[in-house]
Amino acid sequence: MKKLISMVVAAALAVTSVFALAGCSSANGGNGGGSKASFKVGAIYINSQNDTSGYTYAHHKGVTEGMKKVGLDPAKDLFIVDNVPEDDEKVKQAIDQLAGNGCNIIFGISFGYINAFEEKAKEYPDIIFSHATGYLSNDKNFNNYFGRIYQARYLAGIAAGYKSLALGNNNIGYVSAWGTEYAETCSGINAFAMGCMAVNPDAKVSVYEISTWGDQQLERQAAETLIDTYGCCVIAQHCDSSQPQIVANEKGVFGCGYNSDMTTEAPAAHLTAPIWNWDVYYATAMKAAMEDPANFMTKVGIYYEGLNAGLVDISPLSSNCEPETKEAVELAKNLMKNGEWDVFSGVKLSFSGSAGSVAVEKTNAALVTNDGAEIVAAGGPSVEDGVITGSMNYYVEGVTQVN
Amino acid sequence: MLDVFTLFLFNIIVYNIPLLYGTTGEIMIEKSGSLNLGVEGTMAIGAVVGYLAGAKTDSLFVACVVSFIASGLVGLLFSFLTVTLQANQNVTGLTITTFGVAFYYFIGNALSNSASGWPKLSGTRLDVQSQAFEIPLLSKIPFFGKALFSHGILVYLGVIIAILMWLYFKKTVPGLKLRAIGENPGAADSLGVNVALYKYTHIIIGSGIMGLGGLYMGLNMGGTFEGSNCWINGYGWISIALVIFANWSPAKALLGTLVFGFFNTLRVQNAALAYTFPDTLGWLTKIPSHFFSALPFIITLIVLITSSLSSKNKSGEPQAIGRNYYREDR
Repeated sequence: MKKLISMVVAAALAVTSVFALAGCSSANGGNGGGSKASFKVGAIYINSQNDTSGYTYAHHKGVTEGMKKVGLDPAKDLFIVDNVPEDDEKVKQAIDQLAGNGCNIIFGISFGYINAFEEKAKEYPDIIFSHATGYLSNDKNFNNYFGRIYQARYLAGIAAGYKSLALGNNNIGYVSAWGTEYAETCSGINAFAMGCMAVNPDAKVSVYEISTWGDQQLERQAAETLIDTYGCCVIAQHCDSSQPQIVANEKGVFGCGYNSDMTTEAPAAHLTAPIWNWDVYYATAMKAAMEDPANFMTKVGIYYEGLNAGLVDISPLSSNCEPETKEAVELAKNLMKNGEWDVFSGVKLSFSGSAGSVAVEKTNAALVTNDGAEIVAAGGPSVEDGVITGSMNYYVEGVTQVN
Repeated sequence: MLDVFTLFLFNIIVYNIPLLYGTTGEIMIEKSGSLNLGVEGTMAIGAVVGYLAGAKTDSLFVACVVSFIASGLVGLLFSFLTVTLQANQNVTGLTITTFGVAFYYFIGNALSNSASGWPKLSGTRLDVQSQAFEIPLLSKIPFFGKALFSHGILVYLGVIIAILMWLYFKKTVPGLKLRAIGENPGAADSLGVNVALYKYTHIIIGSGIMGLGGLYMGLNMGGTFEGSNCWINGYGWISIALVIFANWSPAKALLGTLVFGFFNTLRVQNAALAYTFPDTLGWLTKIPSHFFSALPFIITLIVLITSSLSSKNKSGEPQAIGRNYYREDR
């Protein structure tokens, strides 16, 4: 009898915790009924849809807000499978489940979903497959999407550059999940450093690589090391939590967060953060898929937009920013929005003048790596998009990785 | 800027004290003959409940008491399942880990999504109470002073608990009875020791101690609730390995914490050392950081192997560990 009760209690406990972990995947679903008239959206997340910050949170917010923009009801028309690891079989199961729910378009947000998406796009030709951060696509119903976040990082670099000028300290720190292994982190570091140097030509960016996307304790310690040992006065970051900003706040230096306005976490330290507005893409994709699914690949296709579309931006400049920052950021933003200039080209921007009369100057200068190799000749055009998203594996001048 | 070695020593303590709490808590439980693999989950519950209670009342004392009670209740659940209902200890422990971490996210997500949001630590009295303070005179000792004597109150409490527990096991009658239960519950029972009562009490107290370690992580190593990032972050599992390293002795747990902490800190601070002493320590940055993360476990393996090779059984492992005690089987 005792054994029986114990088994029941243990089973109940196990079931409860499994449900809590799975975050009740079907909470937003219910039985759709499968009527042809309604448009249904499917989404596959790497973490929980109940997250309150981080990567999945940003995408979930984008999907729900995008749906509202195009007149869909996330409570009724959105089907989610979350906590799906980057495992082909698990992703395929999730896709089958969403296809069974009658979804017309399926979004997958994590890089490792790529092969399962390619395969299933063939199996379900009537469903549109859309995969973030990947590089595969077909000409009918499978695209990939990402954004020029490096443009926003350049703008954050400008804010950091002004801070370092004002403090008379050229050391700027950067806590990064990865270094040159991933083009995504590498291009972000480079763009940030170039933004710093456009304001303060003597700025040096020290990168601390923590070798994981998120680990609060490591992020904390990395930021402490950059401040205590390397004397950095601004801490930027490309990692999940806001710990680097909190440490900057504790130690009386400044910082640029990522993904959300971290001024709430670090009121005395935070300058501005590069942010994503994923709803811009999700609304575009859903609209195209609703109106003319057959021509999705010609209308939307491979999506790689930046400041121009509003897909990326920086959070509002906090009061910790130097007075010149606002004007300089606007100047650079307009150049990139209008397509007159881009970060990884043979033309460098430099800012001069005090608040009220900040001027930007373009000079031809080669894009050179930190070991002296020339990537783009002086005056040359920007590197290919494929380099920025896929193959950039060098730091530009002024960047050093400390570990 | 702090001297790099002082900072190194300082960080060993600041970032690894939760290991001491987890390890001493687990040692207390294992000495009673129960193997509780739920350290991670117990710490997570102690952390989130204690933090929220502390934030609500703005008092570190309340935070500690509530954290201890909350994780103690988890211990009560474990005892009820394994001692009274005789459920398998491994399975129950793993279930508690899954349950505890999920509970942490459940409460955290719900609160972060609510209108008032996750309670912030910075600027509160709780923050001031839990942050480091300098012990007069001692903290002025060159080199060691800052590293050893300017910490938050929970750091010293952890050390005091470890020392008291060592004395309890070695010098007191209840400690002796507890060890007897861990070695041979049948023999202890025949001598009139109330096995179930002892197990219950010590599992609850041990779990409570773990919870304090979780609370420390919330107060001194985290403070913000981040969606996909748990405060405990594997420290509970490392604690279980550390119990073996410490050979079930709370005193050695202190040493083990320092050793594990040394490599944990080296993993992060290798760059700082190499930067300060490029000629002598420059090679440190050439070693992948994951090697440093693996080192403590390699050492644990070596400790396990050497202790089982020795002809005399010097191991502090309780003989009856992991086996439930059926009185009828005696």
